[in-house]
Amino acid sequence: MAVGLDSGKKIGGVVLGLEGITLSFGGVQALQDVSFDVREHEVRAIIGPNGAGKSSMLNVMNGFYQPQQGVIRFRGREHCWMRPHAAAAMGIARTFQNIALFKGMTVLDNIMVGRNLKMRCNFLLQALRLGPAMREEIEHRRAAEEIIDFLEIQHIRRTPVGRLPYGLQKRVELARALAMEPAVLLLDEPMAGMNLEEKQDMCRFVLEVNDHYGTTVVLIEHDMGVVMDISDRVVVLDYGRKISDGTPDEVRSDQAVIDAYLGVAH
Amino acid sequence: MLYREVGQYKTSYAADQALLPILQDKIGIAVLLLIAFVGVPLTASDFTLNSVLIPILIFSLAATGLNLLTGYTGLLSLGTGGFMGVGAYACYKLMTLFPHVNIIVFILFSGFFAAAVGIVFGLPSLRIKGFYLAVATLAAQFFLSWCFIRVPWLYNYNISASIEVPTKMLFGIAVTGPTATSVTRYLVVLAIVAVLTLLAANLVRGRTGRTWMAVRDMDLAAELIGIRLYQTKLLSFAVSSFYCGVAGAMLVFLYLGNAEPSSFDINQSFLILFMVIIGGLGSLLGSFLGATLIWGLPILLRHVPTYFGLSIESAKVDQSTFMILGALIIFFLIVEPHGLARLWQIGKQKLRVWPFPY
Amino acid sequence: MMHLLYSIFVDPFVQMGAAPDLLVQTLWDGLVSGVLYALIALGFVLIFKASGVFNFAQGIMVVFAALTLVGLAEHGVPAYVALALTIVVMLVLAVGVERLILRPLVDQPEIILFMATFGLTYFLIGLGELIFGGDPKVMIAGQLGLPSGSYRITMAGGYVQLQKIDIAAAIIASLMVAGLGILFNRTRIGRALRAVADSHRAALSVGISLEQIWVIVWFAAGVVALATGIMWGARSDVSFALETIALKALPVLILGGFTSIPGAIVGGLLVSVRQKVGEFYWGSLVGGGIESWFAYVIALVFLLFRPQGLFGERIIERL
Repeated sequence: MAVGLDSGKKIGGVVLGLEGITLSFGGVQALQDVSFDVREHEVRAIIGPNGAGKSSMLNVMNGFYQPQQGVIRFRGREHCWMRPHAAAAMGIARTFQNIALFKGMTVLDNIMVGRNLKMRCNFLLQALRLGPAMREEIEHRRAAEEIIDFLEIQHIRRTPVGRLPYGLQKRVELARALAMEPAVLLLDEPMAGMNLEEKQDMCRFVLEVNDHYGTTVVLIEHDMGVVMDISDRVVVLDYGRKISDGTPDEVRSDQAVIDAYLGVAH
Repeated sequence: MLYREVGQYKTSYAADQALLPILQDKIGIAVLLLIAFVGVPLTASDFTLNSVLIPILIFSLAATGLNLLTGYTGLLSLGTGGFMGVGAYACYKLMTLFPHVNIIVFILFSGFFAAAVGIVFGLPSLRIKGFYLAVATLAAQFFLSWCFIRVPWLYNYNISASIEVPTKMLFGIAVTGPTATSVTRYLVVLAIVAVLTLLAANLVRGRTGRTWMAVRDMDLAAELIGIRLYQTKLLSFAVSSFYCGVAGAMLVFLYLGNAEPSSFDINQSFLILFMVIIGGLGSLLGSFLGATLIWGLPILLRHVPTYFGLSIESAKVDQSTFMILGALIIFFLIVEPHGLARLWQIGKQKLRVWPFPY
Repeated sequence: MMHLLYSIFVDPFVQMGAAPDLLVQTLWDGLVSGVLYALIALGFVLIFKASGVFNFAQGIMVVFAALTLVGLAEHGVPAYVALALTIVVMLVLAVGVERLILRPLVDQPEIILFMATFGLTYFLIGLGELIFGGDPKVMIAGQLGLPSGSYRITMAGGYVQLQKIDIAAAIIASLMVAGLGILFNRTRIGRALRAVADSHRAALSVGISLEQIWVIVWFAAGVVALATGIMWGARSDVSFALETIALKALPVLILGGFTSIPGAIVGGLLVSVRQKVGEFYWGSLVGGGIESWFAYVIALVFLLFRPQGLFGERIIERL
């Protein structure tokens, strides 16, 4: 299991910082003045009870939601709102709690579409399938195949995603995100609904991604065992506020966290 | 086991990504093209060429265009007839303005006019989706239909309000107009359709096609992986309208010989949409199968009963065609949303395992 | 250029001022054909609300109902018996649609259901022509006890003509709307209808019978279609040309929102009045015939700013 933790990886400076993020829908406060940061190469977990605002936080980070207040600092540049495709172009990729794959396309096509931002050949060359377009397709196919090998999904390469079981779909979604060669990978409950074996596989993949490619990982997860095992630092949200932030051990012994999980009255 | 890919190993990604990776398919297409380019012109009757093959090819191209938009990008359009009309009228105007340029150039070039109009009417597609967008394309259809009737400049102020196609030559042979033989026109249509279909096939299996399908399957997720929705949708509108425009120009110049505004009305739009639905949404092969079925159905209804000594009034044929079409559409939507193309796939699977049941 | 501006911004209003009777007549004409648009839109809204299906076949249902009625009368069936029989036919149609189209397509994307109604449209056109022939027929308005003739009101140096049939149409339409309003908002069926519209699956899970609801709604839409067909037929002929009124009613729905009955009515009246006035006073500028697309362009512009319609509810998208 412990593939990445003791391999002597270097956790770098802050890559993604969030300051005073406030987000509300109508009258509902989803996030209130939340600040935390993500360091390069670390595995950062966001935990909290249901409805704590975890997914909203990820949605703010990759630009799907626009916060009313607060600043997102990515690699030193400040943004009030990341536009979704700008976030993608800057190297933020994510997976979703309710899988958001392209169901009518094959696994290979789903992964290849993740390479879209890296492909440059213009439309005319593609239509004529002239040399450069061909070369580009092949070059990116190679990259896609690498990911397919890495995640051990060779056998379903040509299968339309809609026909795959849930666990495999989750893996394909990770593959698509990896195809973007992200600097920061946001994972929304990557192990939800999986059995023990699938969870172990997924843990292994996450750690290997973090270790091999040096990708920074931000993940939301409910399984505390998993969180404590694989993450470097943990931030805890409750009712849209940050109640704790630190290493797994620190968070585990934080009274506010224990109260939130055990339901002590506020 | 007549048809199988097992044993045909590919040693490079280039081979794996070829249009027809399997040997049997390569042979099949080669034979088909040989028949289409050589066999048919030598043997087919004028009736077969004029009333069956030429229109089927032209409608296949229009259906291909619509399929790129509706089947691949997931944007339902009811303006196909209008876009075809733009191609036809653009071609006609270009021809009258520059009478010495080769007509084939204009037939292809007219597609760009249709593409431009397509982009304009595709503009609402970022804000609105589903049948709301279908309504927006209806606006295009009605507006364009109106233009074809009420803007006399488009048909050079003809009293009949229609386009008459003059005779135009290519390498000394008449390709349009009353003196052009059906074989010539057939070959021109076939060549254009074959080339454009190849280009479409290249597009849909490359990056463009993948972004289109991503937008179709889940547009929000597509945006989050860095696809620009607006560009993607507008490109789809442009390419789709280009194909429809070329098909429209061919319809007038190489098939009908003259155009009434009614050739490009809402019914035409529906007919092309039905070809796509019945043939298979998201399948180029389906566009051809759908066009063949829908065009062939009334011809069959008209001619088959006469072999048995029966005759059906032509009005009854039309009405039955409507009913059968309607029923077929519902049938395919329920039973096989991927249309005839999917049935073809199933057929291939049977060949793969033949003579065993599975 | 000046001339053009003049004929856009000045001349029409001068004309309106000079002949107020004509203006009133135009407005009235707009309103009464608006009632018919509104009725068609009502049929759409009914089905959309209760099954999430955008029923493209509503227009052809109007024709089909009217043709059945007239066709039966032509074969010597007394008018009221023919009316009753036609209502039965609409019930059979509703059951057929539920069995053969809706039930197999339950929980499919709405765009698939939308396209299925294209199929239904073509099927009904073919069937209708096969049974009744393609020639226009005369509506049996008189035998059904509908008034004919008109009132003439003198005003401002001229007169305005109000057809009695139009007034009757407005009254009948109002009654139907009131009846449907009660059905939707005050009865148990209405509550079930709204639940089904929200989610097929959720409705099933709380024990609402989808089959029953759909039959009821399509039957109600069929009756609305019949009423529309009678009114429209009494004003002109009963023919397949009527089918296109469904297309004309579409922009009405866009303006009104697909889920709102008041929206359908207000939208219908608005679009129609604007069309008539636009055609009458500005039509000559562009050679007339703008009726066919003017409403669509209005609807399109409108959609860009408010995609959910005048009265529709805002939809928030989420992942």
